[in-house]
Amino acid sequence: MSRDAILGTIRRGLKRGPLPEDQKAMLRARMAAHPRHLIPARSRLDRAGQVALFIRNVEKEFGTVERVPDLAAVPAAVSDYLAAHNLPPRFAMAPHPELQGIDWSDRPLLEFEARKGAASDQASLQHGFAAIAETGTLMLPVAGERPTTLNLLPDTAMVFLRASRIVGAYEEAWDLLRAERVDPLTGGFMPRNVMLVTGPSRSADIEQTLELGAHGPRRLHVILLDDDLAAMPEAVAAAPDLRPEPARHPIAEPGEPASPGD
Amino acid sequence: MLATSPAFKDNAARALEDPSLQKALDRAKGGFLNKRGAAVAGLPEFERLRDIGRDIKNHTLQHLDFYLEEYEAKVQGAGGHVHWCHTADDARRAVLEICRRAGARTVTKGKSMISEELGINEHLEAHGIQPVETDLGEYILQLRNEPPSHIIGPAFHLNREDWEESFRASHTDLPKDRVFHERRDILTEARAKLRNKFLIADVGITGANFLVAETGSSVIVTNEGNGDLTQTLPRVHIVLASIEKIVPTLEDCTSLLRLLARSATGQDFSVYTTFSTGVRREGDLDGPEEYHVILVDAGRSNMVGTDFQDMLRCIRCSACMNHCPVYGVVGGHAYGWVYPGPMGSVLTPTLIGVDKAGHLPNASTFCGRCESVCPVKIPLPKLMRHWREREFERHLTPSTIRANLGIWGWFAKRPALYRMATRAATGALGLLGRGKGSFRSLPLAGGWTAGRDLPVPQGGTFMAQYKRRQRGARP
Repeated sequence: MSRDAILGTIRRGLKRGPLPEDQKAMLRARMAAHPRHLIPARSRLDRAGQVALFIRNVEKEFGTVERVPDLAAVPAAVSDYLAAHNLPPRFAMAPHPELQGIDWSDRPLLEFEARKGAASDQASLQHGFAAIAETGTLMLPVAGERPTTLNLLPDTAMVFLRASRIVGAYEEAWDLLRAERVDPLTGGFMPRNVMLVTGPSRSADIEQTLELGAHGPRRLHVILLDDDLAAMPEAVAAAPDLRPEPARHPIAEPGEPASPGD
Repeated sequence: MLATSPAFKDNAARALEDPSLQKALDRAKGGFLNKRGAAVAGLPEFERLRDIGRDIKNHTLQHLDFYLEEYEAKVQGAGGHVHWCHTADDARRAVLEICRRAGARTVTKGKSMISEELGINEHLEAHGIQPVETDLGEYILQLRNEPPSHIIGPAFHLNREDWEESFRASHTDLPKDRVFHERRDILTEARAKLRNKFLIADVGITGANFLVAETGSSVIVTNEGNGDLTQTLPRVHIVLASIEKIVPTLEDCTSLLRLLARSATGQDFSVYTTFSTGVRREGDLDGPEEYHVILVDAGRSNMVGTDFQDMLRCIRCSACMNHCPVYGVVGGHAYGWVYPGPMGSVLTPTLIGVDKAGHLPNASTFCGRCESVCPVKIPLPKLMRHWREREFERHLTPSTIRANLGIWGWFAKRPALYRMATRAATGALGLLGRGKGSFRSLPLAGGWTAGRDLPVPQGGTFMAQYKRRQRGARP
């Protein structure tokens, strides 16, 4: 009843009945095409520039980033980071095959469990699906291998991310999700939950003064695997022709003109 | 929520005399403004994005019925339920029913202005269910039994001493002589208190900044992470959202998100921007098993096709109140209902009636700053003027104002007489005020001069000056 009353009042206001089928089809086509609007010029950079912009923005939002050359360097990075913050060498890890495939025996003192987050967790290691350079934002869609609670409950959140998964704008991250994921329930691409995370939790509710670590993590640390040849500053500097052509994740064409200065 | 908007004048007078409130407002001055200014300066495309934001919302409103139906189908496809609620009463009933069916005793809540509008907390409490506000600002207001005074900084009006006092009075299990050395200690205590509530809650209620028709998602934007804990941990997630929150696609939503945080807190992006779509999937390790959207109308559909349709574009960023000289001196409580500042002055009369909220659109200097910062370009001063006209048409304006407007109108329709009268008045006032810059009081204008001084007129009437200049400008 409420449904009819609401829709009826809206249609009376718009001075028409339900939309005719041809107009509905047009609007459905627009949704299916999901056209992009203006994409800010700030992320229209080459690969090295986008990775550098991502790092700069994470740091601007009070997060930290450590670049590692290969998967084998991840255990040391985790272990050193925890030690540097006087945290016990213990963490909850996303049950993601990529993280589980790492040879952790290199750091035998590290204890971890592959599971969802728990209220008592001091530290977690999440798997990053993608990241957005424009604002230093991580895209973390939920899956069995990427539980949402790992983003929220621990005091210190670490996120593993491949540099090749950094894109310029949010729209490009949505396209990755659209291309790579099939939802078991809807057949579409949206999982139950997608978190876009930009820095550690904070509140300015007390006298408009910023404090970190409100209900979510107080620290956010990105362990960035340099798997993108085109984005490695050292490699590019040493041998510019190392740059693969075309880049594995080329700068996507935005829906609108996107030349720098756009 | 019970409205005290009819008493706006008394509320405002009291606010001006409240030293604690004035201290809080003084401290806040410039904070939001400078941060927004810096964020906007950092994005050269901001002005063009404002046009895009306006156009996305206008397109959606022109096809609002269509997008709501598409959205509903998507939510259902993802295992969720949409509860259409024409009135506030319908919405309260729907929420209570879901909570009862879930056997809920404790309900955690993320910050939601529509929840304030509906009075969800009072309704649940009256039926034996304990609601727990988890946004830090909302949490202390719940302890103090106060309404929010700002749509994104609900405890905007409180000072640190107020926080300490309320925490000592409410958290009686903690040592009485504990010391809050810094703000961080207040935050830590709240975090510890609320952690447990998150874990025991049976139902989590959040608002929504956007609903996406393409995917059937509800979107929340927070910095604390409380909204995410609220919608992730309990078995049942209820989303409270009004019908105008809908946008067609993720790309449309993304463009509006580029405007929202910059206009609100001056951040480039909020810490947590989260898209929720239906129930926990097979194989997921966390997330709710039930997902309900309470789709609330409560007066909004009546605005479609009227002068006030533009107001339905509002994305609740608070830039208008942050830049409002009136809000800046009286604070949010004076407005007497859920939505303060310029957006409230337009919306409140629409939702609770101009007979109750007629003072609000009058409490404006029409300086236009609100419109100039609005991320979706709502013509707020024009809409306030519409309310003044309607108030006048419905004879709700006080008789003295009506009488004076009548006299003014009589003269204004007779230009020669009008010019003669204003010339005489200007001359007399100029003579009377010779040697001083302004009048502190004037006979018959005591009401006007009680709150401000009248500058002594200089250089003749506007028309006289205009003529002189026109003559001078000619070759």
